[in-house]
Amino acid sequence: MSQYLFYFLAFVSIFSALLVVTAKNPIHSVLFLIVTFFAIAGQYIILNAQFLAIVHIIVYAGAIMVLFLFVLMLLNLNKETEPVKSYLMKGIGVLAGCLLALVMVAALHKSTMSPALGLPNEDIGLVGNLGKVLFKEYVVPFEVSSLLFLSAMIGAVMLGKRDPKIEPVNESTN
Amino acid sequence: MKVPIEHYILLSTVLFCIGVMGVLLRRNAIILLMCVEIMLNSVNLLMAAFSTYHGDAAGQIFVFFIMVVAAAEVAVGLALIVMIYRNFKTTDINLFNKLKW
Amino acid sequence: MADLVYLIPLLPFLGFAINGLVGKRLPKPVVATIACGTVLGSFILSILCFKQVIDEGAFTAVLYDWISVGDTHIQIAFQIDQLSTMMMLIITGIGFLIHMYSDGYMHHDDGFHRFFAYLNLFIFSMLLLVMGSNYMLMFFGWEGVGLCSYLLIGFWYKNKEFGVAARKAFIMNRIGDLGLLLGIFMIFNTFGSIEYADVFKNAYAHGDSTNIICILLFVGAMGKSAQIPLYTWLPDAMAGPTPVSALIHAATMVTAGIYLVVRSNVLYIMSPNASELIMYVGLATAMIAATIGIKQNDIKKVLAYSTVSQLGYMFVALGVGAYTTAMFHLLTHAFFKALLFLGSGSVIHGMGGEQDIRKMGGLKKALPITHITFLIGTLAIAGVPFFSGFFSKDEILAMAHGHSDIVFTLLAITSVLTAIYMFRLYFLVFRGNFRGTHHQKEHLHESPMSMTIPLIVLAILATAGGFLGMPGWMSDNHILNHFLHPIVEGASHFHPSEFFEYTILSVSIVVLAVIIFAVRNYYITKSIVPESDEAESGFSKVLSHKYYIDEIYNTLFVKPIEALSVFLHKVVDNQILDGLVNGISWCVKQSANLFRLLQDGKLEWYMVGMVAGVILILVFNFFM
Repeated sequence: MSQYLFYFLAFVSIFSALLVVTAKNPIHSVLFLIVTFFAIAGQYIILNAQFLAIVHIIVYAGAIMVLFLFVLMLLNLNKETEPVKSYLMKGIGVLAGCLLALVMVAALHKSTMSPALGLPNEDIGLVGNLGKVLFKEYVVPFEVSSLLFLSAMIGAVMLGKRDPKIEPVNESTN
Repeated sequence: MKVPIEHYILLSTVLFCIGVMGVLLRRNAIILLMCVEIMLNSVNLLMAAFSTYHGDAAGQIFVFFIMVVAAAEVAVGLALIVMIYRNFKTTDINLFNKLKW
Repeated sequence: MADLVYLIPLLPFLGFAINGLVGKRLPKPVVATIACGTVLGSFILSILCFKQVIDEGAFTAVLYDWISVGDTHIQIAFQIDQLSTMMMLIITGIGFLIHMYSDGYMHHDDGFHRFFAYLNLFIFSMLLLVMGSNYMLMFFGWEGVGLCSYLLIGFWYKNKEFGVAARKAFIMNRIGDLGLLLGIFMIFNTFGSIEYADVFKNAYAHGDSTNIICILLFVGAMGKSAQIPLYTWLPDAMAGPTPVSALIHAATMVTAGIYLVVRSNVLYIMSPNASELIMYVGLATAMIAATIGIKQNDIKKVLAYSTVSQLGYMFVALGVGAYTTAMFHLLTHAFFKALLFLGSGSVIHGMGGEQDIRKMGGLKKALPITHITFLIGTLAIAGVPFFSGFFSKDEILAMAHGHSDIVFTLLAITSVLTAIYMFRLYFLVFRGNFRGTHHQKEHLHESPMSMTIPLIVLAILATAGGFLGMPGWMSDNHILNHFLHPIVEGASHFHPSEFFEYTILSVSIVVLAVIIFAVRNYYITKSIVPESDEAESGFSKVLSHKYYIDEIYNTLFVKPIEALSVFLHKVVDNQILDGLVNGISWCVKQSANLFRLLQDGKLEWYMVGMVAGVILILVFNFFM
């Protein structure tokens, strides 16, 4: 059963990723990306990585995609303002992507999978177990990642500020 | 675990290459960032699959951290793009060519 | 004495260094004293060497082992034997007299210190030339005297023509030097060493290659001693100050070629072909120069052609194998030619710089000492009996007669021509009526003592010097021959018959009397003055233009080389070589232009590049 689910979700994720890349309207791209994220979250659930699935949906689909939508609407981008690429570049892009896929698959084709080490523990995806590992062995990266967030926040706020000298804040007169 | 790991690898590879194609094909900076997200997600998926297959929690921890970094990167990246839009009035990456000879 | 030998060339070199470096700040008497003093010191040391050679025989003084490669050892060593002491005495003795003369002659010149520096350098180089014990040191001196000749001919460098004359002298010398150098290389190749002792010891073993060596050495002598075809530099060298002409182009430098041949007489004895060549070249030179000299109107040019002619005599003597005779004539020639040149300098000094004999005349009263000494010189060079020139010239004639009658006849005719042009010169300058300007007549004055004393000394030597080599009918003791005997042991000694000697004596007296009378008649009694340059015509025009040899050389050699030089400059240097270098920079620029396009700021291309790189890495990693 889970196999068929896997193949179905895989198909959905690939299809929607393709549509992300090829959609003309950026809003459509965002929507298809959300679909992709949901499909991948489903994959996580199949793998019994519950915590990851929830976090994935909350962070990616809930926060990051919303941010993207905000920016898109702020900049008022739609189908007419989307720049068009030349056919040459399109051809080169497709070619490069396909070549990369080909090379990677061919590389993996030659290799053999080593057998699974140890017993496959199906419970490691549970919140409690994951949390234990996170706070015991990986506590330092955990704390450092909070610093990372701090710097990202500061950076984003600083970048987003309007410089009063260059752009006077007088939106009321616009 | 009836799905062999090779299928997960194949899926992840395909998603990654779709992301790469998107990066090369699209001229809008925001869509570019979204395609980078696709790439990151493909890696995430693979990591989680490996973690389940080997029973090692490190894979899922790593996925967690990748998400952290992706979030921070998106925040800062979008702030940059907004800033650029304010100056150039466009997000077409072809027009960001001031750093040349 | 052997350990003091190095002082002989060192003293003039010190004089050169001091005068050259700080001479400008020293007062003129000090400069002159340093210069003359060093030469006098060398002269005294040369006399001591001379005495030692007479008492004990030849010796070699080794200074320094210069080049030692494998079996080859080239040393800086001085060979003091009869030949070199004779040359050393001539160089330093006459050099000292000329230094004294220059003190008076160049007194008003700004380059006073420079002149003496160059003169001292010349003495140093010439001493190296004659004192060296191997061909290398001789060549060193050879080049040095060539350099000094250039420096001194172009001494008044502000006049461009003098510089051209100096260059001409140097270049012609260089052409001869090429032959000399090739000869030295061949000597080294054949004998494995260039020390005189080694070469002459083994000469008999390598008889077949000596012909080429001797011809090559003679080419060097041709350049240095102004033989045909490399003689045209000597008359042009008269652009230098008169003491230079006296020292370098009469007494010493031009005799370097003679010295070379006499020194290598062992080789020349074994090469009859080379000796024949020398004889014919010398003969031709003597004749042609004498014919040109008859028609020259510059007092120094006449003497220059006379020098060329007399050098031809010496080479004829060398060619017939009479090496000591050639040295004898070298000695007497040094005396009377230096005397004549210094005398002419005195005349020029008195006339305020005038050198054209058509504007002189009747200077007998105004310049008495100069007149007497010049007359003595003329008598000597013409071969008037019992003056020095008579002995040496007649000996050459006798030796030539022993070899071939034709050579003797032609040489005798040349002697007649010599007498004619010398007496022409004498009569036009000192006798008759004064033909110069009124201004010159006012300022005619005898030269100061510093100039007249050397004249007197040289006059005495010119009179008495001949008795060093008295022919058989006068005495049994030919002093010079006995002295130089160890040098020329292998040469054949030809003794002319007494009948021949008496014939020569009487014929020469008669002929000379006729010549003197005829010339005097022509120029004085009939008061015929040589025409101005434009009025010349016919064969006399050809003669006065020196057979147009200078013009021929110019068209044949100088102009093509100049054209080649222009071609090399415009085409090879400017276009090809510069083009190559510019081309390389063009290539760099173009490739830089190409590479610049990589960084055009287009993000898409960057990303494509990145992906392509990743693909390549994967391919190389997994499949190769």
